[in-house]
Order: sequence, then C-alpha cells, then structure tokens
Amino acid sequence: MSCLLQLTSVTKSFGAVRALKGVSFDLRAGEVHALLGENGAGKSTLIKVITGAHQPDEGAIEVRGNRVPSLTPGEAHRLGIACIYQQPALFPDLTVAENIGIRLEALGPFGRVRWGARRKTAEELLRRVGAEIDPDAEVRSLSMPEQQLVEIACALGAGARIVVMDEPTASLTREEQQRLFGVVQGLRADGVGIIYISHRLEEIFALADRVTVLRDGESVGTRGVRNAEGSDPDRSGPTLTENELIQLMVGREVASIDPPPSTRPGATMLSVRRLGCSSMGLRDITLEVGTGEIVGMAGLIGAGRTELARILFGLTPADSGEIELAGKPVTIGSPREAVALGIAYVPEDRRRHGVILEMPIADNMTMAVHERIFPGTWLRPMAERSLAERQISDLGVKASGPDAIGGSLSGGNQQKVSLARWLATGPRLLILDEPTQGVDVGAKSEIHKIIRRLADEGMAVLLISSDLPEVLGMADRIAVMRGGTITAFFPGGSDARTVMAAALGQAVGAGTGAKEGAPC
Amino acid sequence: MLKRHFREFSVLGVLLSVLALLGVFAPDFFAPQPLLSRLTAAAPKLVVACGIAMVMISRQIDISVGSLFAVCSVVCGLLAAAKMPVPLAIASAIAAGAIGGALNGVLVAGLRLPSIVVTLATMVTLREGLRLARQGVFIDLPDGLQWIGLPMIGGQYLVCGIALTVLAAMAAVMRHLAIGRAVYAVGSDAEAARLAGIRPRLITFVVFVLMGALTGLAAVMNVVQSPQVDPNTGRMLELEAIAAAVVGGVAVSGGRGNLGGVLVGFLLLACITPALTYIGVKPYWDKAIQGAVILLAVVADGLRNRKNGR
Repeated sequence: MSCLLQLTSVTKSFGAVRALKGVSFDLRAGEVHALLGENGAGKSTLIKVITGAHQPDEGAIEVRGNRVPSLTPGEAHRLGIACIYQQPALFPDLTVAENIGIRLEALGPFGRVRWGARRKTAEELLRRVGAEIDPDAEVRSLSMPEQQLVEIACALGAGARIVVMDEPTASLTREEQQRLFGVVQGLRADGVGIIYISHRLEEIFALADRVTVLRDGESVGTRGVRNAEGSDPDRSGPTLTENELIQLMVGREVASIDPPPSTRPGATMLSVRRLGCSSMGLRDITLEVGTGEIVGMAGLIGAGRTELARILFGLTPADSGEIELAGKPVTIGSPREAVALGIAYVPEDRRRHGVILEMPIADNMTMAVHERIFPGTWLRPMAERSLAERQISDLGVKASGPDAIGGSLSGGNQQKVSLARWLATGPRLLILDEPTQGVDVGAKSEIHKIIRRLADEGMAVLLISSDLPEVLGMADRIAVMRGGTITAFFPGGSDARTVMAAALGQAVGAGTGAKEGAPC
Repeated sequence: MLKRHFREFSVLGVLLSVLALLGVFAPDFFAPQPLLSRLTAAAPKLVVACGIAMVMISRQIDISVGSLFAVCSVVCGLLAAAKMPVPLAIASAIAAGAIGGALNGVLVAGLRLPSIVVTLATMVTLREGLRLARQGVFIDLPDGLQWIGLPMIGGQYLVCGIALTVLAAMAAVMRHLAIGRAVYAVGSDAEAARLAGIRPRLITFVVFVLMGALTGLAAVMNVVQSPQVDPNTGRMLELEAIAAAVVGGVAVSGGRGNLGGVLVGFLLLACITPALTYIGVKPYWDKAIQGAVILLAVVADGLRNRKNGR
C-alpha cells in the first residue's frame, strides 16, 4: 500500500490561537480517507496546509515519500494535489473553459493561449464528471453545485493524485450527490487518494475506507471503516461503528464547570410558530423561550441557527410564520425595531460585527443606546464614561479603563464589551451567537456566569453555540437544528452523544431522556 | 459572442449613431485632413487608456499617469534639446515611464498599499517636483524631433499607426498570452489566482511597469507633435483615460473588460465634443456632457449587475 501523503506533527497558530497542535495524518493510494471533527476542530486549517495555502509552523510534509520543505500552492499543484473547496475558488468573471484552462495549462508568461483546445479540453472533462455546463458560460452565472463540478473537472484534468473534498455534497441535490459518489469511486479505482470531509455520517460510511477525527486542533484517532462496498476490513485495525465515531467527535469529558441550570422558567417571552424563510433555507421553525430561561441551540454550521437569529433581529425578513413577544404578535422589520422591542443580538464574529476595534470601549458600549442615554443632540462624555465604568465593573472587563481601544483587549474581554453594548439596551430577549468562540477557558467561565446571572434576573436567552459541552452545561432546554429547521428538543444536561447524533441526523438509541419531535 | 460582449456592442451602437448623425448633419466632420489631425492629437490618450484598462482589469487604479506623462515629456524634450540622438531620447522617455511605473508597482505590490493612495501621492509628488525643477519653462525642441523628421502628414500617420499597433498588441497579449489571462485572473479573484499557481503580486508589479512604459510612449507621441514641450502637459489625462475604459465596459471591480471596448469608448468620448460643436452646442458644455456619458455608462453597469444578482 503506497503512501501518497504523510503529515507528521504539524502545528499552525494564528496569533494566539493554536489551530493545529501537532497533527499527524497519512493518505494512501486508492483510498477515501474521511476527516471529521466539530466546527473549529482544525479541519480547514489542515486542508489549507495540505494545499499549500498555509505554511505550517512546525512539522514535516512528505508527498510520495519525498520531504517537501515548503509547500506553496504552485508546488502542491505540481505534486498533483487538488482541492475542491466548499466555496469553489473559481474566477467569477471568466468562462468555464478559461477557469479550467488557466489551472491545467503550464504556460510560461508569454505562452500562447489556444482557445479552441481549451474549449475542447473543458468539454471533455465536463463530460467525464457528467456535467451539462456550457464551457463558454461565465462562472458567476453557474449554481454552486455546477461550480463544484467545474472544480472536480479541474482536478481530473490536472491528473491529481491527491484530491481534497471539503463538504462537497453540502449544496447538492440527491441526484447530484449520487453522481458525485460515482466520480469519487471512479477516482479511487484509478488509485487516487481522496481526503473527504463531510458532516454526513451516512456518506462517511458509504464512501470512506478510513476516518481521522480531529478535536481542538488535535487528532484523536484514525480508524478503519467497513464501508458499504465491503472493502478489506483489516487494512487498518479495528473498524468502527457510528456510536464510536460520535463518541470520538464529542470527546469523553463533558465539562461540568458550568453554573447549575435555573429551576424556574417563567412566562413565555418569545414564541415562534412555523417560521420560514426560503431565501435563508429555513422552514417550519417552532420555538418558545421563557423569561429566565436559557435555550441552547445546537447544530452544525449551516444548519440555520445564525439565520434564525438574523430573522429574530430583523436583519432578514421571514416569509412565513408568526413571532410573538411577551404574548403580543410582532413584526421585526429592522434591527432598529428589534432593539425597540427589547431584543438584543450579540453576533458571532465579534471582529467583523461586534466590537469596533479602533474605538475606545466606552464608545463601543454605548453606541447602541445613544438616543436613550443622550436625549437631545449632544453626546455627554461624562455620562458615557460612567455608564461604561459601571459595565466594566459589572461584567469584569479587564481593561485599563473606558478609554482603552477595543483592539487592545483579549478575545474574552472583547466579547464582554460586545455583550455590554447590548445589555445597555435593556433587552428582554438576548440572542447570543457563539459567545465564547476563540475565548480562553477563564473568560469563558466568566461569560457563562454572566449569562446565567442575566437569566436569573429574568432575561430570556437564546444561546447559539457549536461548543456542545457549553450548550449542555448552560441550557435549560436544548433545541437541535438541522437542515434549516428544529429537529429535536432535549432537556438541559442531556447526553452529548444523543445531541450530537441528532445534529448529525443520526438516530442513536443510547440517548438518555431524549424527547424527539414536538417542542416541549 | 454578441451576448458575452453585449456591453461593448451597445457602446459601439451609440458610437455608430453619433457618427451617422454627424454624417447627416455635419459631413464636414469627415473631411480627411482635420479628421486625421484630431485623431493624431488624441492618439496618445488611446495608448494611456489601453494601459489604464489593463490596470483596472487587474483590480488596481493608476491616477499618476498624467503627472508621469509630463515628466516623460520633459525628459524627452531636455535630452533632445541637449543634442542626444532622437532614438535614444525617445527610449529614455519610455524608460523614465517604466521607472515611474515600477515605483508605483513596488509600493502597491511590494508593500500591499492601496493603489488609489499610492498613485495619488505619486501624482502630486511628480507634478509638484516637476514644477519646482522646471519653473514652468517651455523647452524648445530641435528640428529632428518634430514628427521625427518626417513631413507632417507622414508623422501624423506614424503617430496614429503607433497607437493602433499598441492597441492591437495589447489586445493580443490580454486575450492570447498567458500573462494577459493572469491579469484577468488576478483581478477577478486574487486568492483563487494564488491557489491556481499564479503570483498575483508579480503580475501587479508587471502591470504597473507596463503602464509606466506606455505612459512614456504616449508622452513621446505627444511631444513630437509640437515644436515645444509644455511642462504642464498631461493634466486630466488620467481622468480621460479612465473615462474611456469605463465607458468601454472595463469594470472598476476588476476582471472584466477588453481592449476593443476601450477603443470604442475612446472614440465615443473623442467624437462627442466635435459632434456637439457641429450641432451648435457651445463648447463649454463639452466636459459636462462627457461627464454625463460616463455617469450613464456607470449607472447602466450598476443596473445590469443588480439585475444579474451581483
């Protein structure tokens, strides 16, 4: 069994965040090697190391037994490594034929482009992947699955020996998926090694020969899979069941550091009935959040959780269903209206949507409430300062003072500033989107305490998080989203494997206290 | 073909209508000698517009070309006045342009600075430096430089011929050479280009150097038309060149446009002024109407992009 690719103890950091902590990985000829892990486990970084888009800080890369000291995209291309990204890396302004040609033709700068030959090559490759796409169409006019097929055609044409597929089926229809599986199996039969990333366990079990699971930037194990084709089961030790796979992904220790759940959910604050939004892929969402209650939203990236939050905050209009706030039907047409109704949304990406890094934290904290704290025309720096100082001490923000610049704070403290801004609006419903992403353990537990305290003071909290232990530990109730709707509710403190299985769309019988289906 | 280049063909349609109107109402417009003179006077702008189109396709901008044009003109004039052989003086002017372009290129591609700020700075610096150095003094040229010693008609054909040759060469490079397609790729999505093994920063640098060299060539094509060099020449040149590219369908957002469109846009803007004069509109409306044409082109693009969902 020849080894196509061997990564040894690869590490990669971005600033203070260690995305990969010594990951080893190998790929053999003629296998499909699935890469699994929760969101943020380091899969994307690992792929980018393999395609040369990121250079690792430490560790060795060998391709077909030869050490590659520095892998650049050009070098990776030359070595026969191709990647089909989730978001295809194509040129939107150029035609399909040109997109394929530009990657396949090894022309010098003054090499002549042969348009006729390009077109023929493109037609031939598109036929091989079974795509009916006009080679002269501009890529911007293609649908996402069509663009993916163009990417695969590129990889085929480049004679790639190592093909990385990053959630290739995420946006495909059933029929397109089947066609893709055919292409993947064809590649495998030709001796190509395929690194296959997917959250859909049924695909892993249908296609993969081996699985490697990443968690928190570390590889927690590589196992063989007895897949549907009955490939040689002892090619890599013990085979694995779905339950074991889920166990590997979530880890054994489910943190119990979180504050105890509150015991007294009050009157219903938010009530959503049959909410849908076709442009965001949401359908038929029914959900209630009581005062003093924390409802955790679990699910995978792309399941529709952030999209739901955007609707509730008036950023995207819903096209069906009803929303009631404290018993009154409301329509939320803009963030301004949402704030007026007492809804606050602390967004996921605090660097882009949360804290304004160049501004002092006092300004950051008061910008959502200027009209309320400064009636009339003028801002009053003293009033702003005192409000900020109160928030800083309330939330325990570690900063030199209200004048410290947002960018000078650590991630956890930035998150507290972002939270403070929205608390200043005096919300009745607080929507938190990944509130502890990229935050260190100490700050994380402080943020958890703040959230619990807010709930105890009577706020209704919707907590969106991909950190499963966080959801399990914090939430009074857990809603699992999958494919744009809520598929299951669980009581707080449920078993991690059961919730993860629901998020992955698997029915695992071993769950404790699972209440599938109707909302409680 | 028609569908992909709808934008260029629609401008061509407007140009042909303007020409037809001129043919009916002002046939004098097509009298050969004045027409040739007008085209000759405008030819350097076409060369600069070709360069600007390339810069814009790579998703950059260069507004220093007017100042660089003046510097190259002065370089050419001073060297010729100092009795340097004419071919050498011309080559030096083009080299000066390439050096100026390389300076922009190093700052934009090397230091990753935004090209609008970099070229704004070089625009002002070059223009003011030239003013200090020359105090606005005109340079008298030796006889050998004007029309490169040819009779006037021959010189005019030569200048127009050079402009058309540059246009054709640029069109061929952008369409048929790998380096030209790399410019489109970088302008369309620099990260995708990097992943495809193209070196976006190198391409950007080369684009700026070529832009500078073309500016030098255009300066020479302008210098040879008169017996003196005006050190204040080239004002508003960057705007006229960008306007020709934009009207011709080159996208400011990069990745789109072609040299055929640039020619059509250039001719349309060049025709509008005389057309208005012939029809009897007062010449001082000229700039306002040119501006309106540019605005119209940009608005049409915006509406079209919105319709196409981008």
